[in-house]
Amino acid sequence: MIDATILLDGLAYGMVLFIISVGLTVTMGLMRVVNLAHGAFAMIGGYVAAMLVGAGVSFFAAAGLATLLVGMIGAVAELAVYRPLYRKGELAQALMTFGLTFVVIASLTSGFGTGIKTLPLPAALGGVVDIGFRTYPAYRLFLVAVGLGLALLLWLLIDRSAYGARLRAAVDNPRMARAVGIDVNLLFTVTFAGGCALAAFGGVIGAALLPLEPFYALRYLVLFLVVVGVGGIGNFKGSFLAAILLGVIDTGGKYLMPQAAAYLFYGAVLALLLLRPNGLMPAKSAT
Amino acid sequence: MTALSESGLRRLWHGLPWALALLVYFTGGGYLGLGTHALVMILFALSLDLALGQAGIITMGHAAFFGIGAYAAGIFASHLSADPLLGLAAATLAASLFGLLSGAFILHTAGVTLMMLTLAVSALLAEFANQAHGLTGGDDGLQLGRMAPLLGLFGFDLWGKTAYLYALAVLFLWSLAAWRIMRSPFGRSLDGIRQNPRRMRAIGTPVWRRLVVAYGLSAAMAGSAGALEAQTTRSVGLGALSVLTSGTVLVMLVLGGTRRSYGAFLGATVYVVVQDFAAEIDPFRWMFVIGLLLMAVVLIFENGLTGLGDAARRALAGLPRRSGRP
Repeated sequence: MIDATILLDGLAYGMVLFIISVGLTVTMGLMRVVNLAHGAFAMIGGYVAAMLVGAGVSFFAAAGLATLLVGMIGAVAELAVYRPLYRKGELAQALMTFGLTFVVIASLTSGFGTGIKTLPLPAALGGVVDIGFRTYPAYRLFLVAVGLGLALLLWLLIDRSAYGARLRAAVDNPRMARAVGIDVNLLFTVTFAGGCALAAFGGVIGAALLPLEPFYALRYLVLFLVVVGVGGIGNFKGSFLAAILLGVIDTGGKYLMPQAAAYLFYGAVLALLLLRPNGLMPAKSAT
Repeated sequence: MTALSESGLRRLWHGLPWALALLVYFTGGGYLGLGTHALVMILFALSLDLALGQAGIITMGHAAFFGIGAYAAGIFASHLSADPLLGLAAATLAASLFGLLSGAFILHTAGVTLMMLTLAVSALLAEFANQAHGLTGGDDGLQLGRMAPLLGLFGFDLWGKTAYLYALAVLFLWSLAAWRIMRSPFGRSLDGIRQNPRRMRAIGTPVWRRLVVAYGLSAAMAGSAGALEAQTTRSVGLGALSVLTSGTVLVMLVLGGTRRSYGAFLGATVYVVVQDFAAEIDPFRWMFVIGLLLMAVVLIFENGLTGLGDAARRALAGLPRRSGRP
């Protein structure tokens, strides 16, 4: 059953892409900051978790702690680095966050070397599970479950909660939002921290598929940007759809035509972006 | 001082960078190789200044054209002819054709989508170079054989003297051309498109066509830079096409200052020198230094190093501080 394998593996890979990219959908899509340091936040999360696991902390606790810590780093970064950028152009934002990424890469390299940092999976995720017609690695099923759970949670948070309504209001018209008593600055700091925390979480639980090394931040950044771009800037459902679609295309390409997989992937990206310049699901509020 | 002699004095200033470059030729000694690399990167940064600085095309994939130039020069040298000038012409042509072609597709978009498309195009190209082992050598890259003497007269020597002057001459010609282009009506219209494409369209400027032509010209310059790099180092690798290269050239340009006569010159030189010094101490420290420099450029001196010089001069002359550019 090679087709089921491709679909399942693609789905698992797509979920990792979704979990990391959805943070970028928040910061770049909703808050409109060209955040090229997103991969760096994901990488920091992975390294922190790897250190904690090395010190004897359990995988899940390490994932939680790393997510929390990177969230806090994100809050500090928002206050110190990103806030002055909101009023500046796309280029200034791209350069600033690119510089930040360089600094993170250099720091991690001097601390840990250039090699791949392994993040061992817990025994609970190491085995295989019987899913009726075949057995399948527990780790990948776990990724799919977490991705689906997170998608549901985010949908509730953004589309259905008061926080989501405030955030959308603050993004669409910050002055009006302030006038009705929303603390826009605090909202942005919290949201940015959330985006970074999501990146870190994805970096940790996806480490077996996207191996951790100092150039992680640049190597996979293109992938995350592409998911956000193809999905439609600032659209969660679009990102979800795009991540799964691209995950399946990439995995399918690697299984069926290993020589041409990258062409297939980037060719699909080019075609999608040219046909739908505003993404699969353009944001409704875009004017 | 009369106006005439003042403008004459200004003109003299323009000779300074070139005089310095010649000085390096006579005193550089073991650093001529580094100097040649700096000249190549200046040309590359200058090409980006035309697309990004003048026309406002925010590209994260300019290494595509540098890489095409480098690979075209490499393939030309190993299969067709060892003549450096023919190789340079072929590489420039190949890069500009690719620039026109890809530009025709992607320049319908703008902003973040365009940024991502330029990234995707360069990533696609890098993957092609990686896969097409027969043509590009894949991971191993290409080694160029000995280049034929320049114009049939000047052989490439062991110390890189000919290579340095060759790069300097190509840079000089391209910067003259860029100077003319940026000040021509065409260049002015690019300036307008960067500032307000809608209004330019409203007054009848064929925006898309202008952008495609600017992109093609910029690609040609970048292709020349790539060809020079390949011919003077006699090797081409996948690094020429990488995202890091695209980022590096952006850093160089912005560090020096966009849309300034010598922004690319200063930025690329400082970058190459800092990288060389820092890399001697610790191969990764340069990334740290460059990263901090980039952040400083955006936060503190928005107009780059040349802008910093301007601000200092205005402060000394007691003129009010100019806030940003129009």
